[in-house]
Order: sequence, then structure tokens, then C-alpha cells
Amino acid sequence: MLRFAFLVMIATALTADEKVQVVNLTQLRNAAEYKNNDTLYVVNFWATWCKPCVAEMPYFARAAEKFSAQKVKVVFVNLNSVKDKQAVEKFAATKNITQEMLLLNAGNPNGWIDSIDATWGGSIPATAMYKGGRKVFFYEGEFTQTELDSIIKINIE
Amino acid sequence: MKKLLLLFTVFVSLSAFTPGTGYEVGSKASDFKLKNIDDKELSLADFKDAKGFIVVFTCNHCPYSKKYESRLVALDKKCKKKGYPVIAINPNDEVSHPEDSFEKMKERAKEKGFTFPYLRDETQTVAAAYGAAKTPHVYILQKSGTDYIVKYIGAIDDNSDNEKQVKEKYVENAVDNLLAGKDPEPSTTKAIGCSIKWKKP
Repeated sequence: MLRFAFLVMIATALTADEKVQVVNLTQLRNAAEYKNNDTLYVVNFWATWCKPCVAEMPYFARAAEKFSAQKVKVVFVNLNSVKDKQAVEKFAATKNITQEMLLLNAGNPNGWIDSIDATWGGSIPATAMYKGGRKVFFYEGEFTQTELDSIIKINIE
Repeated sequence: MKKLLLLFTVFVSLSAFTPGTGYEVGSKASDFKLKNIDDKELSLADFKDAKGFIVVFTCNHCPYSKKYESRLVALDKKCKKKGYPVIAINPNDEVSHPEDSFEKMKERAKEKGFTFPYLRDETQTVAAAYGAAKTPHVYILQKSGTDYIVKYIGAIDDNSDNEKQVKEKYVENAVDNLLAGKDPEPSTTKAIGCSIKWKKP
């Protein structure tokens, strides 16, 4: 019985990492943009219905591993609806995405898109990078692994 | 130097697939001739009595477009009477997205009871000229003599997820403003959508 309880505890602890955290705009900015340290935060906006987004997610996961010795942190920001939270969790689990996963619940896109980047037209995928409390990169569109790696490299040098 | 070169390479490779800038509010939009789902070619000039148009780049496959299908039908019913019919255009590449083929467009329009033209931008030149980037992406045009002036660019409303929770009906309000002789406020908005699927060179 005790052993079972222990197993359940481990299982819960393990799955807790994969959980999707629903955040508002301020919480999102606190998680990356406002972190005033020397880590490069790579923030990727995606949705389960967006094919090019899903296609490039492994590139971000791979980059996170590749640059694990440097200070690079990948944060995925899901833009599905809040009611899709469980589906997003399941999706991330099946795709073996272990990086931080936030689900942005910020309402009217016109209220927050510009604050991520004024040039962002609103299509996804889109990726922002932050370092030392500043945005160092923004791009609306998809990457290849090589492109993503190069941009990360430039920004950690 | 190496860093600079690398930056340059990345920049060039990224900008290679960034579409042109297209129209802004105030631009003169050019007319087009595109095939409608009834197999007939259609131009803006065919609508002699229209005061303007709600041109919307949309498609079959994108979940955001799907969320707006019934809202587009309602919008067309409401605004066509006022002289602003909806003109839907699907510019997506059917090679990468077979769901957006002309045949599938016909099926979808029938299924969803589209009351408006649903045109195929086979060569993607119309979407490129307008600067459309995603679906759905609206351009409201106002007729001025033989010109079509862009008066609004952006989202249909402020809540793609839940129609009942819509607070700002951007397009509908813009049309009402134009009919009252005013400029739309706001005249541009942004919305999350699916990027237009450009043909691979």
C-alpha cells in the first residue's frame, strides 16, 4: 500500500512537469521578457491546429538540448483556447515536449499582440527571444533547425 | 566578421519567404478576375450597385477560418443589403493543403451555406498584391468612382473563440462608419490566424 502510494507520488511528480500552465499576459512576460538575467529565453507561439508550428516544435526541443550547457531556456506558448488545456497537455506528452508549456489566456488578440511585437501581424508560428530583460529577436514565420540554431548562437555569444 | 556573415545569411534566408508588404489603409486596391465556386469568373466591377466590399482571405482547412464561417454568412446577409457584400478568397496552395482545392471549396461552401462568392486565387497574386498574410484576413474596400479604396484591414471581431463573447464587431462597425461617412475606428486590427500557405518555389 505504502509502495503504491509512493509510486503514485512519483507518477504525479513526473507528470507535473508536463502540465500546461494557463497564464495571462503579465504572467507570460514575467516568465521570459522581464527576467533580468543572462539566460536567453526562446519563446515560441504555437497552436495544436497550426501545422507549421507543430512541425518546428522538435527543432526547439532539440535546440534546448543542444544548448543545455549554455544558458538557453525554451518556453512554448500555446494559443489554443483554455478549454483545450487537456488536449494541449496530451499533445505535448505524445510529442515528448518536456520544455515549459504555457497556455496564454489573454482575450482579444488586439489587446496583447502589439506588446509582444509591434510588427507581429498575428500569424503563427512566431518566435521571440529575450535576454537581460530585453527583447533581442522577433520573427513571424517558421524556422529550419539550422536557422533556429544560428539565431540562438548569435544571441548567446 | 563571422558573426556578421552568419547574421546576414540568417537574415537573407528568413526574408526569402516573407511576403511583400501590400496595401495599407488608404491604398487603392486593384480589381481582380477570379474563378468563383460556380465556375464563373468574377470581378469587383461586376457588382454595379455595391458601395464597397468586405474582401476576406480565408480557406477551408484553418481552424480559425472555420470558426468564422457562420459569422461570415451572417455578416454577408447583414451588410450586402447595405451595399457591402462579402467576397471570400482562398489563396492557399493546394499541394501542401489539399483541403483547400477548388473542388473542396465547392463542397465546403455548400455544406456551410455560403451566401457569398468564394473565389480561388490559384496564382496567389491577389493575396500577394493585397499583402494578405493569414486566414481569415479582412480588407474593407470603399468604392470611389472607379477606384476601390482600402478603409479597414484586420480581424472580423475580437473573439474568435466564442461568438457570444464578442465585444467589438470590427468589420460590422467599420461598414456602419463608412455608411455614415466616417472612417472606421479602429482602421486596422490584428488577430491570430493561420499563415497563408504560399506555393513552394
